[in-house]
Amino acid sequence: MSDVLFLGLAVFDHAFMRYALIAGTAVALACGLVGYLMVLRGQVFMGDAMGHVAFTGALASLAFGLDARLGLFVACVAVGLVLAGMGDRGRAGDTETGIVFSWVLGLGVLLLSVVASSGGAGGAAGARVLFGSILGLDAARTTWAVAIAAAVVIALIAIARPLLFATLDEAVAAARGVPVRLLGFAFLAIVGIAAAEAAQVVGALLLLGLLATPGGTAWRLTTSPYAGLAVSAAAAVASTWAGLLLSFEVPSLPPSVAIIVVASALYAGATLLDRVRAR
Amino acid sequence: MSTPAAIRFRGVAAGWHDHAIWEHVDVEVRPGEFVAVLGPNGVGKSTFVKIVLGLVAPTAGEVRVLDVAPGAANRRIGYVPQRRNFDASVRVRGIDIVRLGLDGDRWGVPLPLPWTRARRREEDARVRRAIETVGASAFAERPIGEISGGEQQRLLIAQALVRDPELLVLDEPLDSLDLPSQAAIAALLGRICAEDGVTVLLVAHNVNPILAYLDRVVYLAHGGAASGTPAEVITAATLSRLYDTPMEVLHTADGHVVVVGQPEAPHGDAHAHLLR
Repeated sequence: MSDVLFLGLAVFDHAFMRYALIAGTAVALACGLVGYLMVLRGQVFMGDAMGHVAFTGALASLAFGLDARLGLFVACVAVGLVLAGMGDRGRAGDTETGIVFSWVLGLGVLLLSVVASSGGAGGAAGARVLFGSILGLDAARTTWAVAIAAAVVIALIAIARPLLFATLDEAVAAARGVPVRLLGFAFLAIVGIAAAEAAQVVGALLLLGLLATPGGTAWRLTTSPYAGLAVSAAAAVASTWAGLLLSFEVPSLPPSVAIIVVASALYAGATLLDRVRAR
Repeated sequence: MSTPAAIRFRGVAAGWHDHAIWEHVDVEVRPGEFVAVLGPNGVGKSTFVKIVLGLVAPTAGEVRVLDVAPGAANRRIGYVPQRRNFDASVRVRGIDIVRLGLDGDRWGVPLPLPWTRARRREEDARVRRAIETVGASAFAERPIGEISGGEQQRLLIAQALVRDPELLVLDEPLDSLDLPSQAAIAALLGRICAEDGVTVLLVAHNVNPILAYLDRVVYLAHGGAASGTPAEVITAATLSRLYDTPMEVLHTADGHVVVVGQPEAPHGDAHAHLLR
């Protein structure tokens, strides 16, 4: 079916592009859902910090000769939980985030010098961490990325409504027996996993663009929170597809940059639409 | 006296084991009454509410709410906490905030699946009914951050009403509203109490906007509380005895009362603030 549909599109002749589209779609879905809730909860800065955590975590793994993804996930989830613990009721504030952010970034710079001075494949691996490696996926890596993204999507949908309640109306939610603090922890752990996934697609440097920009687009376009989740996920997937195709057509354009360019263009369009509607 | 009290406090104290904010408080609220909890700032009025909801444990005494232990019947209680307003960045419709009062403690997300259609229709009707009750239909579809404080307060009351509670608990609901909005919200609460038979417990520091609707007031003080009809309690003799300082109650021609010689907050002032 898809062969007929996409007949003539050279994109699908290449296994690496198929893997990129499959993994990219799953990761974008997860990031879109997480991102909208991050925007509603005012935790975008937290997503930014996660980019640096992803960088440091992956480099730590490389410094010890391990798979970069191991450090990526461990560091992102651990820091997510630490931030939740530092904040009030499982919600990290800007101060806590900023302190952890700069400390982790410093650690990352140290590890970068360790990895770079060790020579060999370390430097190239470091670059992949920073800029993403979506076009370098094989079947096994794609399967892993999709499985983890699916787990994020399922977990987030399961907690979405009480999390929304706790976000918008903490005191009433707590009185109703919603585990506000526990949800805050769970959400930051999920943000950590989503950030680690996004780091593999667009890299640690641009991770925030895939995580938060679609959420911002949805925040501009709709005032219904459940529609917002759907719009955000759709914007993230659309950005990933368009970005991948764009970078396929323009070989000098790295896929991570193309994805972020499309995501930002969607946000700009949504902002413009919002302004026009407000008149 | 066969029906159980909506709220019953017997010899209740709040604070820490060695430091009470208030103690020896006895209160009995009958079902369907409109009751105000009054007292100077820092006396622990919000703590009173949190004990009713089971969010804070009393240090002494016995509390029964809707004939069960506090916290055990919170599904039958609508709660409007003391709050700041939603700021303009909250781009979520009022109707969604109201709906969370109905289903916000359920896992998952509402999906438009065919087999949930009957339930969704029933829930939509309940949300709409609550919004109509508070007169918020005109602005319920707008982002809650973009409407006025009085309009937000109406929607928050709708959120508290959406499960048809037996008891409505409001912490300073008239705070930071302009005078016409205060009068309108007070009248709305009076109507909900009189027409729907909902027991209303309201914390306030100014009794005047709600005075006409009140069945009972509870004046909270460090050493205890005075409870009864406004005419019984808001008198120079009662308040002077309660706060152990000379106080006067003046009545204006338009039916307002002015309490002169507001007592200082008890010596636990700083701690009481922390608990709010």
